[in-house]
Amino acid sequence: MKEFTCIVCPRGCRLKIDDQLNVTGNSCPRGAQYAKDEVTNPKRMITSIMRVKNRENCVVSVKTSNSIPKGKIFEVMEEINKVSVNAPTHIGDIAIKNVLGLDADIVITKNVK
Amino acid sequence: MLTRDLVIIGGGSAGMAAAIEAKKNGIDDILILEKDSVLGGILNQCIHNGFGLTEFKEELTGPEYLSRFAKQVEELGIEYKLDSLVLNVTKDRIVTYSNAVDGVVTLQAKAIVFATGCYERGPGAIQLAGDRVAGIITAGTAQKYLNIHGFLAGKRIVILGSGDIGLIMARRMTLEGAKVLCVSEIMPYSNGLNRNIAQCLNDYNIPLYLSRSVLRVEGKGRVEKVVLAAVDEKMKFIPGTEMEFECDTLLLSVGLIPYVGLLSDIGTEMSSTRGAKVNDQLETTVPGVFACGNCLHVHDVVDFVTDEGRDAGRGAANYIKGLLKQTKKIKVNPGDGVGYVIPQYIETDLNNDITFKFRVRKPIQNVFVNFKSGDVLVHKVVKPVLIPSEMVMIKINKDKLANLPVDEITVSLEERK
Repeated sequence: MKEFTCIVCPRGCRLKIDDQLNVTGNSCPRGAQYAKDEVTNPKRMITSIMRVKNRENCVVSVKTSNSIPKGKIFEVMEEINKVSVNAPTHIGDIAIKNVLGLDADIVITKNVK
Repeated sequence: MLTRDLVIIGGGSAGMAAAIEAKKNGIDDILILEKDSVLGGILNQCIHNGFGLTEFKEELTGPEYLSRFAKQVEELGIEYKLDSLVLNVTKDRIVTYSNAVDGVVTLQAKAIVFATGCYERGPGAIQLAGDRVAGIITAGTAQKYLNIHGFLAGKRIVILGSGDIGLIMARRMTLEGAKVLCVSEIMPYSNGLNRNIAQCLNDYNIPLYLSRSVLRVEGKGRVEKVVLAAVDEKMKFIPGTEMEFECDTLLLSVGLIPYVGLLSDIGTEMSSTRGAKVNDQLETTVPGVFACGNCLHVHDVVDFVTDEGRDAGRGAANYIKGLLKQTKKIKVNPGDGVGYVIPQYIETDLNNDITFKFRVRKPIQNVFVNFKSGDVLVHKVVKPVLIPSEMVMIKINKDKLANLPVDEITVSLEERK
């Protein structure tokens, strides 16, 4: 039996999961899935920034399109920090396709004119 | 003098929602005044995700969330002025603002919505002891430096206060290569959301020290060391419990205060939230002046700010259309265990339900929330867990509030035996 706080939404449910992957304490199906992932293959969304080359003192926010394995967070950060983009940017633009082969893109989350 | 039906001060989440809702309720002559160079307010720097779960049933980052409302503002043709600072407001609703294009402009508004947000408490507010050196900054300032301008505020960080911005910044600065040594919280419980402790601290093995605060800051020119010590129940430091951390930066995440600079000047009654007192239409005690969002009370979830903005926009539209007639005046009081309740007054019959919003004073389990008028129990709700960092919302049908023995309601907690 493992116990932890759900991070799927701000509600922060206290989840319990047993060895047969039965989840209790969740308020929604996403919480149950999170608990299963957390004991088998913990994943996280990453949000960060990228430099905007053609604007002074300007960065643009980015995120992973899917959650990535927790152990790969710092490697993904290194990839993000290698790349800079040109304005204008649009929400949803892909800055890095399939980062490190993890089945997640690095996606722009801000419109910069 | 220039005139406007509705002037909205602040183009963040609350202000945009108020404008959109007022427009949908038939008010066309709207002006949003925003001091920043973009709409969206604080969400511009909140690049993390977790916004929009109530509003859109999906998990968005701050900039994505705000862009959906900014887009609606554009599509509805609502006028807004950026880089525009409101200089003065009178109780007769004369607004003076200035910007580089228009100069100084004075206009008469039929109604005003204050959506001015909140500001962070700083070192002065907590009587921080020790050297006054560079490297002591609020978490929100560090967030702006990093997420808007691309500068990391320090390399070895101690964070004081476990508010959500501090927790978010602990993770954010760690990702960017800083070493976050610890988060110290003076209270015996965290003031942040549980999920943020899990995903921002536990994920990165950042310790959270409860019942501990900064005894003093040491340094010459720049922070060099922060000394923490444990506190007793009376918040007095306990000798012999000192912990020293060599660091270059102390981030403060020690609370937010509604920004009411212009609002308190016009004689509105103020509440213990440090925002204005409002009625069920979110109208302050100055007729035609409304308040919503973090300048009314500090929220933990932006979706609720948006919802409150809509309520204020609808209230202002009702006022402009002459529908706001006072039918009664019921005073709403916080009772045992409750810090504050919004609204502070119920004055109209326009809403089918009244949503009472409040915060508890300390974490508590298995309680009744009682709504009492005199000796009569008007409404009772069971809550398994209530914590100060989560705003509670309870909706009551207006029929239940129709025949009260006295013109007062008190919201209080009662432990279940």
